[in-house]
Amino acid sequence: MCGIVGLYLKNPDLRDRLGAFFSPMLEQMTDRGPDSAGVAIYRDQASDDDAKVTLYDPDPDFDWDAVAGAASSDLNITITAERVSSHAILRAPVDAGALRRWIETNRPGLRIMSSGNILEIYKEVGLPADVLARFGVPQATGSHAVGHTRMATESAVTTEGAHPFNTGDDLCLVHNGSLSNHHRLRDWLRDQAGIAFQTDNDSEVAAGYLTWRLGQGATIAEALEAAIADLDGFYTFAVGTRDGFSVLRDPIACKPAVMAETDDWVAMASEFRSLAQLPSVDDATVWEPEPATVYSWGRA
Amino acid sequence: MTVIDLAQTDVRELNRTLQMAESGSFEVRHPGGAHALAAGLTRPVDVTIDGHAGYYCAGMNQEGIVTVSGNVGTGVAENMMSGTVRVRGDASQSAGATAHGGLLVIEGNTSARCGISLKGGDIVVGGSVGHMAAFMAQAGRLVVLGDAGADLGDSLYEAQIYVRGTVASLGADCEEKEMTASHQEELAALLEQAGAIADAAAFRRYESGRNLYHFNIDNAGSY
Repeated sequence: MCGIVGLYLKNPDLRDRLGAFFSPMLEQMTDRGPDSAGVAIYRDQASDDDAKVTLYDPDPDFDWDAVAGAASSDLNITITAERVSSHAILRAPVDAGALRRWIETNRPGLRIMSSGNILEIYKEVGLPADVLARFGVPQATGSHAVGHTRMATESAVTTEGAHPFNTGDDLCLVHNGSLSNHHRLRDWLRDQAGIAFQTDNDSEVAAGYLTWRLGQGATIAEALEAAIADLDGFYTFAVGTRDGFSVLRDPIACKPAVMAETDDWVAMASEFRSLAQLPSVDDATVWEPEPATVYSWGRA
Repeated sequence: MTVIDLAQTDVRELNRTLQMAESGSFEVRHPGGAHALAAGLTRPVDVTIDGHAGYYCAGMNQEGIVTVSGNVGTGVAENMMSGTVRVRGDASQSAGATAHGGLLVIEGNTSARCGISLKGGDIVVGGSVGHMAAFMAQAGRLVVLGDAGADLGDSLYEAQIYVRGTVASLGADCEEKEMTASHQEELAALLEQAGAIADAAAFRRYESGRNLYHFNIDNAGSY
């Protein structure tokens, strides 16, 4: 069992309170996932030519400025590092792929949690309330966020095994369920498509699968449509995109999901109780997404 | 009318109060999608839930009369023995699962597996039902005023299914059967009891074909 939530604020006037609306949603899902928690926040978009990469190292005193300094001199640009608890955001006037490649080559021990120019991903072991506080999520501003509370079934309880998983620039995936063909699919994606994996986690395979499809030129909706045929198992996915988020449930609809929408926001959660605190929820349209149907929201 | 506000009280205290009451009317405010609201009632108390409820609302109900003004999550009135549960909005999965008796009315739609393993209760759905409704239903009746999703009545035993709208597909061994005068009469009485306005003559009736009724290894491919 796990809990997943997503919130997109249609009304720009509400965006300075994204974290205040989002944090109680995730905290309500503690019963479904007390092991670890993670959030993907979309905020402070860099310009199209700039990169924003979230990194993780378990050492609380890790010298992020040294990493930024070394990358700055190698790439001959000015890169800044901002520590956020066990994570750090690196910002650079360079393509996100170039910065990511430098990190993979020169600092292979670091975990790249997200890359792109708007997305930030934070995840840690612990109760959702503690994880939210640790990364300052209740104070966060932004247009949208996706989150996950984990009750591990398929792999170890580790920071790397927590969700969301980055699946390409400014894309991330959270998953409630379990996949049954992830071993074979992971082997195929690694050997035939060159996708790298950091854990034994089944959900990371779903993220890797979407990365591969997107790399082939598919849109996120097309990639999710294809996933219905290629992923075997139980799932409700929420996929964060630069402009909003998408939702997909498996054809049998084993895992729950509920959606709600008002003029000001659109939200999804594993259970309605996560949505019950949202402003004007009593006037919202509330419904259960159909199985094997891709739903997408956002500015696009 | 006693008002219980879940902004002030927890679910355990609410259910203790409802389960101890001999009779009377209760209104539950700010349900906030909480689970197991008004579960385990054993007496004819009248409970109105003002908003959306979570999982297993009015579960194991016996004699209670529970009305939810909003939507309900998975397993509303699961294993109900008697009484009446009415949902003004939509119900999620497995509404009325394994109910032995009583009446469950969903005025909106239900998602998958409505009436799964029904054992004798009646379910009347004003809207449509999702896939695998009445899966392995053994006794009782499922009435759908709207449409039914895929695999209706899969592996059905003695339950009766009535659908007014379209059926996406029938499950294994579920067959359309003749709607006789006595079936129409029985359905009209149930519709009236549920407060549903519909002409019983407009429904089609489905029942077990009884080919898979007892397990036979030769039928393994049909399940």
